[in-house]
Amino acid sequence: MCVDKNVGRSSCKIIYNNQIAEGVYEIVFESASISSLAQPGQFVNLYSSIGSRLLPRPISICEVNTKEQWVKLVYAVVGDGTKEFSMLGKGQTIDVLGPVGNGYEVEACETSILVGGGVGTPPLLELAKRIEGKKLIYLGFRTGSYLVEEFKKYGEVQVATDDGSEGHHGTVITLMNQNNADGQRIYACGPKPMLKALQQWAGERNIRAQLSLEERMGCGFGACVGCVCKIKAKNELGYTYKKVCKDGPVFDAKEVLF
Amino acid sequence: MNLSVNIAGVELKNPVMTASGTFGSGKEFEQYIDINRLGGVIVKGVANKEWLGNPSPRIAETYGGMLNAVGLQNPGMEVFIKEDIPFLRKFDTKIIVNVVGRTISDYCEVAERLQNEDVDLLELNISCPNVKEGGVAFGISPQMAEKITNEVKKYAKQPLIVKLSPNVTDIAEIARAVEAGGADAVSLINTLIGMKVDVHKRQPVIANKIAGLSGPAIKPVAVRMVYQVAKAIRIPIIGLGGIMTGEDAIEFLMVGASAIAVGTANLLNPRATMNILDEIETFMKTKKIRDIKEIIGIIE
Ligand SMILES: Cc1cc2nc3c(=O)[nH]c(=O)nc-3n(C[C@H](O)[C@H](O)[C@H](O)COP(=O)(O)OP(=O)(O)OC[C@H]3O[C@@H](n4cnc5c(N)ncnc54)[C@H](O)[C@@H]3O)c2cc1C
Ligand SMILES: Cc1cc2nc3c(=O)[nH]c(=O)nc-3n(C[C@H](O)[C@H](O)[C@H](O)COP(=O)(O)O)c2cc1C
Ligand code: FES
Repeated sequence: MCVDKNVGRSSCKIIYNNQIAEGVYEIVFESASISSLAQPGQFVNLYSSIGSRLLPRPISICEVNTKEQWVKLVYAVVGDGTKEFSMLGKGQTIDVLGPVGNGYEVEACETSILVGGGVGTPPLLELAKRIEGKKLIYLGFRTGSYLVEEFKKYGEVQVATDDGSEGHHGTVITLMNQNNADGQRIYACGPKPMLKALQQWAGERNIRAQLSLEERMGCGFGACVGCVCKIKAKNELGYTYKKVCKDGPVFDAKEVLF
Repeated sequence: MNLSVNIAGVELKNPVMTASGTFGSGKEFEQYIDINRLGGVIVKGVANKEWLGNPSPRIAETYGGMLNAVGLQNPGMEVFIKEDIPFLRKFDTKIIVNVVGRTISDYCEVAERLQNEDVDLLELNISCPNVKEGGVAFGISPQMAEKITNEVKKYAKQPLIVKLSPNVTDIAEIARAVEAGGADAVSLINTLIGMKVDVHKRQPVIANKIAGLSGPAIKPVAVRMVYQVAKAIRIPIIGLGGIMTGEDAIEFLMVGASAIAVGTANLLNPRATMNILDEIETFMKTKKIRDIKEIIGIIE
């Protein structure tokens, strides 16, 4: 059965929820609608079951299987909400709304460069599956890596860690420079400093880059105008505010004002 | 079963509306709910010109609530008239326009521009805590509140609701002032002013520093204020603040609101208004209430 309508906030059954690295979890749940609608770079909102913790926790879609109707997310435990999620197990349910947002525009070209940092790496997996041609995949972590084996199925993977515990000792950007990375399209998701550096890197080489941004969300589906980022505009200020949850999270690097 | 209520001569098919700023103009909700079922849609704040709003972060979670400092980002009345009115007119529901401004003449300009537009009611927002000038300044002084109501009334063709700020010592006094100024109804409450600090970063969580608190955490304050205002004025009241369930809505009706608006709950579940409507109907059925008006203001 293919459900082609976003069904709103609904309870989804968890298939598994396992730790895959220190403080990082992989959750897989059933959803006919999300698995058939999801585009790479889109996200879902997860909700706490505790009444005092109201707001959505936006988490990127890492991978979907339309036939088996499951959705995979990878998240880091950073606060109370993600801690609560980490304690859920097989057979339990979690409230989810999605897919939401404007994902990556997949463009055919000879070589694509995918750049992920930390919990910004997961959304690149579904993307890597759907891009054709050669793929150079750069993954950066503070310390231990995850998802690297999965990524290896789709392209040439290079790992960088801040503490040098694995792969290149340094940032993905220095690793890209060291390797003279070359391609026609860049797709990225990760912390702001990484995206900012990539915006410059891509600009200097005149390569089109798509960046996935993060912002605090009130609703996560376009209703509250709470999640805005600065996008360049031809007005007196030189920018306007756009919604990360609906106009993004993916924006063209040329438009973004950090 | 009769759920219809009357606000300033406008008949709503049921008392459930959406609170300004939490429903946009409904476009984001069309795929999730049947907008035809709503008593009314109170749209996001509309100014005479485009307002950019405040920088990010604009949102923070608090215990049982949320803080927002959106700062009334809106594209201005011309865009609203061109895009949002035709969208909402596709549905069988009432359109209530939340009017915002920095000066009295800004507010009057919007009311005047809407004279011949197909909207049912105006809601004067003199209570937004997130804009520097205007906004809340009009809502905290009885003299100013009466004056602005009186001025806007001169330009408004549709009945005028005035939205009250809870950030005052005596809300009944402000309600009496806007009634004297010619308001046809009042709505309350807007958000309570709040603040949150990130102790690790040693800075406020919200870029604007100060923000508006909403959600279930504020409901008891809102219920109390509706109760006090109901005792003080004769014009109808739209009650809001933290409504999450049908029973929450009924609480507001019982203390004297003729209709209610659902705010933050829309953001947490786009189907919130539909669930609340279903719950109100179930409540009426089980308690054998044939007309919703039977319970309005039954708390002495
Ligand atoms: C579009 C998008 C995609 C994301 N994808 C992923 C992902 O795939 N994996 C992953 O681990 N994390 C992801 N994040 C970050 C994730 O949403 C936050 O880490 C999470 O909400 C933290 O919740 P908490 O309750 O544990 O933290 P708390 O700090 O207790 O949360 C309190 C509030 O702050 C918000 N918040 C906290 N940190 C962030 C943040 N970095 N960004 C936005 N809101 C935040 C929460 O949603 C909540 O409303 C994404 C964020 C966005 C905006
Ligand atoms: C994100 C957000 C935006 C809002 N924008 C407006 C607005 O434009 N005009 C207005 O009068 N009130 C605005 N409000 C206030 C709500 O309409 C409502 O009065 C308040 O949130 C209390 O109700 P609630 O607890 O059900 O949300 C906004 C509230 C939120 C949370
Ligand atoms: S989070 Fe509400 S509009 Fe983006």
